[in-house]
Amino acid sequence: MRNILIVARKEIQEGLRNRWVLATTLLLAALALSLTFLGSAPTGNVGVRALDVVIVSLSSLTIFLLPLIALLISHDAIVGEMERGTMLLLLSYPVARWQVLLGKFVGHLSILAFATLLGYGAAAGALAATGEVIDRESWTAFASMIGSSILLGAAFIAVGYLVSALVRERGTAAGIAIGIWLVFVLIYDMALLGLLVVDQGQVLSGGLLNALLLLNPTDAYRLFNLTGSGNVSAFSGMAGVAQTTTLGPSVLLAALAAWALLPLGLAALAFSRREL
Amino acid sequence: MTGTVEIRNVVKRFGKIEAVRDVSFNLPEGETVALVGHNGAGKTTLMKLMLGLIRPTGGHIMVLGDDPAAGEFAGRRRLGYLPENVSFNAALTGHETLAFYARLKREPAKSVAVLLERVGLTHAANRRVGTYSKGMRQRLGLAQALLGEPRVLLLDEPTTGLDPALRHSFYEIVEELRGRGATLLLSSHALTELEERAGRVIIMNRGIKVADGTLDELRRIARLPTRIRLKVTDAGLANVPNWLGPVDGWRQVNGHMVEIDAAPERKIEVLRRATDEGAPVEDLDVVPPTLDELYAHFLLSQETAR
Repeated sequence: MRNILIVARKEIQEGLRNRWVLATTLLLAALALSLTFLGSAPTGNVGVRALDVVIVSLSSLTIFLLPLIALLISHDAIVGEMERGTMLLLLSYPVARWQVLLGKFVGHLSILAFATLLGYGAAAGALAATGEVIDRESWTAFASMIGSSILLGAAFIAVGYLVSALVRERGTAAGIAIGIWLVFVLIYDMALLGLLVVDQGQVLSGGLLNALLLLNPTDAYRLFNLTGSGNVSAFSGMAGVAQTTTLGPSVLLAALAAWALLPLGLAALAFSRREL
Repeated sequence: MTGTVEIRNVVKRFGKIEAVRDVSFNLPEGETVALVGHNGAGKTTLMKLMLGLIRPTGGHIMVLGDDPAAGEFAGRRRLGYLPENVSFNAALTGHETLAFYARLKREPAKSVAVLLERVGLTHAANRRVGTYSKGMRQRLGLAQALLGEPRVLLLDEPTTGLDPALRHSFYEIVEELRGRGATLLLSSHALTELEERAGRVIIMNRGIKVADGTLDELRRIARLPTRIRLKVTDAGLANVPNWLGPVDGWRQVNGHMVEIDAAPERKIEVLRRATDEGAPVEDLDVVPPTLDELYAHFLLSQETAR
């Protein structure tokens, strides 16, 4: 346990030093703040709960940005250290490989969680400062949005590690990471949509659709946040989907957690078999 | 106490290449062993095997009571390793880097400053490692290898990139560690450097251990001639065979010098004659075969045997 924390601490130290933490936090805060104030312009001020609108726009932002940031920090974690030669020395120390991997995971996730919390928190804080009345339900929805965003980040960090543990070169890892981002964030949904249109409800049953949605962590995240509370789903235009899908929030969270743990386990396995 | 490092019939294959072929040796406590061989001879592979960075294709390895191939690493707290091309994360300072490694070995934080002082990096402790020169990085590498009073030190080409003064202080530190009973395994190309330090030499070639023993033992096995150099007077030069006796392979160098390659059993005889009362010899030097020559000899004899 102590070894994991030692490695995590060093990872955070490096993140602070090479400005990863600063850059990510600033980026998320800037985008969140601009979405909060510019994005609410079309809805006007009448009868709309401001924070719920923010949740809708921020979760869309998260789907694009957090997986990208997570993959950027994680794809290099193993293969990069091997290529630079620092892994050789680290593994000659009394530390197990899974401890190294888990330590990195804790470190990278802390960086991501810190940036998300601060960046998105700034948006909510700014909204509250302008004198908006925000009720408890909205706050809960906002908090669970941040929590699930971090979980989504964890899933993509784990996927990045798996790639990093399997490939021989950093360039390959970067290429595959971009490919994974494209597939999960853009292509998967388009393909699913195309499939539904072509199928016209003939073969694809509701159960199969649910399974297909769970197979993509960003879809699980989207469903969790946009259908979670009645108000939010109404604004997001997802109310229809929310009624047809039978996936409860706990199933969606479990899917996200599985997306984090499974690749992490596989990455640990692949890393333990690597020779260097 | 048996060896701190035991290697039995170890084989390591990378695909078709056999990097290490059936190598066995023990490293007892307190011994300094030189691992000699040119690039690709299997030196680095052997060290990586001892660290569990790679797993042997066959055979067994024990290091400080651990089997590194099974992922055991309790003993590594008392093991120091300096890789051939040591590298560190460029973003952290020297002090931060060493403190990180000290924590992993459960060493107190104060040992960091002591070690930085010992390798002469105190002035650069708060600078980023990215700004360090090659020699400074090598010194930091040595400092991390010395963490935790190691009982076994594996040093892979430790003096490459060090200037002569640093090299000297490096070997002083090594000597001090040996005095405390640490086992040292040094690999190097700089054979003449190792000659004075290593009690024992293991010569590797293409993954095969071709020789293993103290320098004296190896000299005996190799039966390489000892070079004897005599400074001879003008009169003596004219009739060398007369006073030196029937010696093969003598030659005249630099005017007044006579050089003789004496086989081990003839060495004393030649010396006796040269120092005999009537011999026209003003000065003499005896040069035993160097590690370089021994190395060349063992490589050649292995190549021809194949």
